[in-house]
Order: sequence, then C-alpha cells, then structure tokens
Amino acid sequence: MRNKLAAAPYLLWMFIFILAPLAVVAYFAFTDRSGAFTLSNLASLQNYTPIFVTSVVLALIAALICLIIAYPVAYFMALADPFIQRLLMMLVMLPMCMSFLLRTMALVALLDDTGIINSFLGNLGIAPLPLTRNNAAVVLGMVYNFLPYMILPLYTVMEKIDPRLIEAAQDLGCDSRQTFTKVILPLSKSGIISGFTMVFVPAVSTFYISNKLGGTSTVLIGDVIESQFKTAYNPNLGAAMALGLMVLVLLCIFLMNHFTDDDDEEVITL
Amino acid sequence: MRRTLKLCTILTFAFLYIPILVLVVASFNAGHDIAQFQGFTLYNYGELFEDKFLLLLLRNSFIMAIVSAVLATAIGTLAAIGIQAMAPRVRSAVMSVTNIPLTNPDIVTGVSLALLFSFVGLLLKRQDAMLGFATLLIAHVTFNLPYVILSVLPKLRQMDPSLRDAALDLGCRPYQAFFKVTIFEILPGIISGFIMAFTMSLDDFVISYFVYGPKFITLPVEIYTQTKKPLHPKIYALFTLMFFAMLLLMIIMNLLQSRDEKRRRNRIFPLGAR
Amino acid sequence: MKQSRFFTAVLAAALMLSLTAPLAAAAPAAAPDTGVTINVYNWGMYISDGTDGYLDVNKAFTEATGIKVNYMTYDSNETLYTKLKTGGVSYDVIIPSDYMVARLIEEDMLEPINFNNVPNYQYIDQSFRDQAYDPDNAYSIPYTWGTVGLIYNTKYVEKPVTSWDLMWDEDYAGKILMFDNPRDAFAIAQFRLGHSINTEDAADLQAAADELTTQKPLVQQYVMDQIFDKMQREEAYVGAYYAGDYLMMAEENENLAFCFPEEGFNVFIDALCIPKGAANKDAAEAYINFLCSPEISGQNLDYLGYSTPISEAKAYMDPEMATSDIAYPDAETLSRAQSFTNLSPDTLQDMDSLWLSVKATGEGNTLLFVGVGLALVLVVVLVVANQTKKKKMSARKGNKK
Repeated sequence: MRNKLAAAPYLLWMFIFILAPLAVVAYFAFTDRSGAFTLSNLASLQNYTPIFVTSVVLALIAALICLIIAYPVAYFMALADPFIQRLLMMLVMLPMCMSFLLRTMALVALLDDTGIINSFLGNLGIAPLPLTRNNAAVVLGMVYNFLPYMILPLYTVMEKIDPRLIEAAQDLGCDSRQTFTKVILPLSKSGIISGFTMVFVPAVSTFYISNKLGGTSTVLIGDVIESQFKTAYNPNLGAAMALGLMVLVLLCIFLMNHFTDDDDEEVITL
Repeated sequence: MRRTLKLCTILTFAFLYIPILVLVVASFNAGHDIAQFQGFTLYNYGELFEDKFLLLLLRNSFIMAIVSAVLATAIGTLAAIGIQAMAPRVRSAVMSVTNIPLTNPDIVTGVSLALLFSFVGLLLKRQDAMLGFATLLIAHVTFNLPYVILSVLPKLRQMDPSLRDAALDLGCRPYQAFFKVTIFEILPGIISGFIMAFTMSLDDFVISYFVYGPKFITLPVEIYTQTKKPLHPKIYALFTLMFFAMLLLMIIMNLLQSRDEKRRRNRIFPLGAR
Repeated sequence: MKQSRFFTAVLAAALMLSLTAPLAAAAPAAAPDTGVTINVYNWGMYISDGTDGYLDVNKAFTEATGIKVNYMTYDSNETLYTKLKTGGVSYDVIIPSDYMVARLIEEDMLEPINFNNVPNYQYIDQSFRDQAYDPDNAYSIPYTWGTVGLIYNTKYVEKPVTSWDLMWDEDYAGKILMFDNPRDAFAIAQFRLGHSINTEDAADLQAAADELTTQKPLVQQYVMDQIFDKMQREEAYVGAYYAGDYLMMAEENENLAFCFPEEGFNVFIDALCIPKGAANKDAAEAYINFLCSPEISGQNLDYLGYSTPISEAKAYMDPEMATSDIAYPDAETLSRAQSFTNLSPDTLQDMDSLWLSVKATGEGNTLLFVGVGLALVLVVVLVVANQTKKKKMSARKGNKK
C-alpha cells in the first residue's frame, strides 16, 4: 500500500514538533542554569504540592459542576426537534469562538465589590457580597469558560441514542427514573468521560482565570509555570512544573479512561 | 420533566450569555467604567476604526488562522489517509502521539514549543529574531493537526472501500482515485476539520502567548497585554463586532447545512450507502 | 551601504526637527516613509498616546522621521528581563529602570549608544548624568524619573497617613493593593523593617519575605497597572505605586491622595537603552533623540505625570504639572529616598524564590484541600473498581454466549 506514504509529512512534523519539544522539556527539567544535570528542579516540586492539590481539586469540582449543569441541557437538546437542536448547538459553540480573556473580564466586572451585581444589590440596600477573589469565583470562572466543552460531547452521544431503546424500556415497565439510570446514563457514559476530560484539562492548567478571579491565596500550577517563563526567569523550574503537570494530567486521564468500555474512538467535537 | 429540562437549558444559556451581553453593552457605554452605564455612544467604534494597530492585529489573526488551517488541513488529510492504511499496531502508536496535543494542557504545549525554539536558537547561536510568524505558524499547525486528522479519519472509515477499488479497476492511478473519488467522500470531514482548525487558531491565546515575537502579534495576545492595564472600551467594540460577525457566519452555515440535508433526504441513494 | 545612507537621512531629519521644533511648534510636513520599523518595548501606560488630546508621541515620531514604530509593553523590569533572556526576540529600544540597567550592562545585554546620534542628550540635566548604574554614561539615557509612594482614598481612609503601616492595616483588609514584582514589594517591607533596600543579607531578605507573608491575607490582589482601574473605581482603597501614575489616577478620581512615607521610599530613573541584537540601531538612536527633545519630553510627561530629567522640558508642560510637589518633591522629602542598585545573581535568585513562596503559600486551608482531594481520589478509585468488576462480569457473560 503506497497510501502509507501520505502520512510521511505528518510523521516528520510529529517527531519534530510534538515529540522533540517534550524531550526538550525533559532536558530543561533535568538541568540547571549552566546546563549541568540536576534533580533539584524536580525535587523542589514537592514545595508546590499544595498548589498541585488546589489546582486538581478546583478543576475536579469545576468539571463536576459542569457535568451537573450540562447533562440536562444536553438531554434537552437531544430531545428537541432538529431546528431547535441546531440553534442551540450554535449557541453553545458561539461563546467558544469568542475571546475567553474578555469574557472573563466581563465576569470580573459582574462580580467585583463595585461590580454590576453588587452595585445592583447596593441600590436595593444590600451590603456588597464577597463574590470575587476566592476559590468559589475561580470555580465559577472555570465552569463558565469550559461548560461548552462538556455540553458538546454529551449532546453528541445522547443524540445518537436510538429513541426506540427508550420506548422499549418504557414498554418493558421502566419508570422514567429507571429509564434514565438503566438506558440513558450507561449509553451516555463515553460522553461524560470525554466531557469531563475536556473540562478538567484546561481547568487544571489555567492561569488567567485564577489570576483574575482568585484571591491572593489562590495560586494554581498554571500561574506558577507562567511566572517562571514570563517574569521570574527560571525555565528549568518551569519545565519541571510542566512535566509534573503533564504526568498529573495523564494520570487523571488514565484513571478516567478506565470508565469507558471501548477505547476505540473518542467523541470529538469542536 | 420536560419543563424542568427546558428551565435548566434556559438558565444555562443565560449564564453563558450574560457576560457577553455585558461586553456588548459596554461597547456602547459613554463612560470608561464597565460596571456603570453612562449613556449610549458610538464613540468607541470610531476609536476602534482609528486604531490602525488593533486592525493590523485583527488582520494578523486572520492570516494566521487561514494559513495554519490550510496547512493543517493539507497535512492532516494526507496523514489520515496514510494512517488508515497502516497496520493496526503502528496506527495505534501514531494515534497516541497524535492525541498528545489534545490531551496535554495548552500551557504545556506552549511551553514545550517555546523551549524547543529557544533550544534550537541556542544551537544555531541565533538568539535574535527567532520568534515570529514562522514559530507562531508552526505552533498553530501543531495544535490544529489532531483536530483535522480526527475529523477526517472517521469519514475514511465510513467510506466504502470498493468505491476506490472500482476507480482503480477502471484504470485510475492512485492519486487520480484520490482526487476523483476519495476526496468527495471525505469532504465533509475535511471541511469540518478546516473550520475547527480555523476557529481554534483564531481564538488561541495560551499557546501563542509563549511563542509569539514582536514582529507578528495576534489579537488575543494583544488583548492579554491590554487587560493588564485599564482596558480601552474600543476593545469591547471590537469584541461586539466579532461576536455579531461570528453569529452571522454560523447562521449562514446552518442554513446551508439544513438546505443540504433537505436536498439529500429527497435524493435516492442508488447503492443504498448509509 | 544602504544602512549608512539611511542613517544620514534619519540623522538629518532628527537634527532638523530638534533645531526647528523649538522655533516653529507647528507640525512639520510628514517625512517620507523610510521603510524602517523599530521595535520599541516599553512599560504599559508609559507614553503619551494621543488620549484626551495629548500628543501621540509615536505618531509624531513617524511623521518627523518616516520611521514606523512597532510598540509593545511589559509590566515590570522582571518581565522585560525574562523576555530578553528567553531570546528569540529583537527589540530596538527598551526602557528599564536603574537597577535593571545595571544588571543588563553586567550581563552584557546592552549595546553602547552612539551619542553623536543623540544630540538632544545636551538637554539632560547634569544631576541625571553619571549615575551609578551606568558609570561611564555609555549605555543609557534617562527617560523619566519618579518615586514610589502610598496612594489612598480619602473617602475611606480618614486617619492621617504618614507610614507604610497603612499597607498592613487590618482596617483595610481586602482593600489593599500590593506590587506584583519582587523588587518593589520587598522594598516596601524593607523600608518598614528599617533595612536597606539593597541588602544582600539572607536573614534580612527572609525577614522581608515574612513581613510580606503577614501582609498577604490583607492584600486584595498583587497588581501592576491594574491598580489604575481598581483605585479609580474604588474597588480598593490603599495601594503602593509610582507617583506619576498617581497623578494620572487623581485626574479620574479626586478622592485619591498620595503620601511619601516617613520610613523612606524608592526613587528611580527609567532609562532608554538599546539591547544587544537590535536590528535598527541608528533608527533606535533617532527615536531616543526624539524623546529627549525638551518639547517632546515636556508634552509626553505632561500626560504621564512622571518627572522629567530635562529642566527645559517644563516649559512645554501645564504649569500645574511642572510645579507639582508630587512629581518634583522638595529636597527634604527626597532626602528620605533610596534608589535600587543591582544585586548579585544569587541574591536575585533567592529573592525570586522567596517572592514565589510568598505568593504561593496558602493559609490554613491546605489541610482542608488535602482532605477533600483524598476523598475525591477515594471516590474515583471506588467507582473504577466497581466499573472493572462490572466489565469483567459482562465479559464473562459475553463469553458464555
């Protein structure tokens, strides 16, 4: 089969720009400023354990909330008639195409002490609520930014569920709760997994959201990595942290993939 | 039950769109403070069109999105065809590497490419102007490729292999068979891969942030720099315009798609494919 | 060849401008496009950009010389340093502060300036020449100078303000803004502790870091230019920042006041430099020369609120700005000021990692997080175990069939 040759340019690209950079990251993580081998970068990662834990916990909470919010929405979309389906699909995708930086700024403008919500409450005579600069605000920011990544895979899976299966379940005497737990939930599992991953990965590595919505005590891995490359010139520590983050994410994905029955194909959507 | 679902959906969409509404309103605000509406004005739009720099960056972003999407689509489509022809074990190895940019956090991809470029710069003793259009393009193509491959592959798998065989039997050379048969069968996959690549690239901030150089800046990177100081409301005007442009684009695409589907439904499939 | 001809043209244009500008203030006819673009990397909010009818400096430069300006901004000396150090970029003009100029000279990252191309250097006041950071006057030309002080909102802060203690005042918890760069942040703690701001002593640095850690729960956010918005909108009441920027903020919100703390404060000079590897050195010098003309400096700093190192520039400012005692404090106030010097690489690295640990330590809730994290992991493991069991069972069922 000469067809295989068609992949040659891609394979070349893959080696140079996917695999080689990872090797370079490892190289930086294992060397010091002068280029000599060292383990101190990786060893110093343990000082940042709380940051790793905070990032993972916040991202998991955000992914869980996304799932809870997105599930009924996706279900509703899957049941709606084609026109509504297409319309809603468009409305889910639209925010994903718009600058998340500015949308997060808008969230800040809503939540600030002198922000839109609090000045509205102020007019009603209610004292300003502490809506921003805490972990809850960071989670809110994550949910807001990454919710579409949960809705889309869920919808894609649910739309494929044959309605006759549901009818059959009902005919066989399932009430709506049973239909849900016995038919719909198991059939949408792959969507849940891929949605969960698609929310978790960007959330655990974000630096912008925590920067804008977090307080001084909310520092995430992404913030530290960014600072190592952008302000405190220390690419070696930054590379070590990136390596740590990568291992962490792979571990989480590995765990989550245990849920799926077939690792044949993942649901990909925009 | 149905009503609860509907309510959930409405609330969710309100949640998604309220911040966007805030930005749209802010673009018409006469005052500088986003939280206080001080009267309607179109002044910010005037300012926006005066700002040559922002418009240049908008152009840069579009150039980057188009060039990287075209490149990624070409390389990716070919790659998908090649991968489809591979032995299962090789294929799964290649696919797991392909998945790396998808599963890796963006910040790791960005950092790894940035380190690669500075490493190569060190080797070549060329510390100056390494970062620029080329590095940005490489980064964009790299993160776009998996999307293209993953949207073309399923179409290839669905394709009836006998179609291509028939073409070959009828005397087509392999590349002719590709251009006369295969490409039409997988076209929807190619198109959706291209669109995905285009939008991902247009809106990418995290990866670009680590590999851009002063000579070629894209809009999201500049917006990030701008958010570090008091934001000028003309940015909101730009956001609003882009939002409505995107909305229009999506509506058009949807209309085309639904017309296409209607037409297809009316057609009879002679071979009973699908 | 081409380079030198171009250089003559630029020099001629620049000279013409510097000669004619004071005579005829009217805009000269636009110079022909030279096809050259220089990359200027400056602090954010640090040039007059045409807002509110003030001069648009970059546009004026392009009109006068035909050289285009590609203008980018950073938010701290450390960001600038990292950007230069990471490599892959080439800037023509940068504007680091004194201590950073010294560091860049020490690490051989600056290009000596050809002062023949910068005739306007003659206008720089004697007192701003021969600075310790650039003893030979070879690499830098002062752009502005200024001070760091306390900015507070008189609507909310009613007690008399004289000291940095306000930044540690629990009455304003959650309403305090602190510098988001190690050098400025450490300096404030060091003033409060009575230490030198250029100390290399590890114990002193640790003490300053502890001071900052104590302050952290009270701090609303670590900011740089975001302070403009936050102080103007009264999202925060107290902050430490540059005096020049205070003057700009005070135009938007008249409740804002400024104080030179009694413990001492930082005084700095920001200087125009050309980094190694600059692609258009001659054009960069033309740009520097342009900024040093009294007329441009005057109009530029009239908008910025920072202080000019060119006495003659004051003639082109709003008299109110030229005589402001915040931009130009009296000698007695200035006697309390200290300037930064460059520190040894080891000290800098120590400071960086101390600063990171100040910013990255959470207070108290770490344990809670570990607990929640463990619980979640447990849940995941349980579900996985459950799932694999099910899978095995269904596989067995499948086999039977």
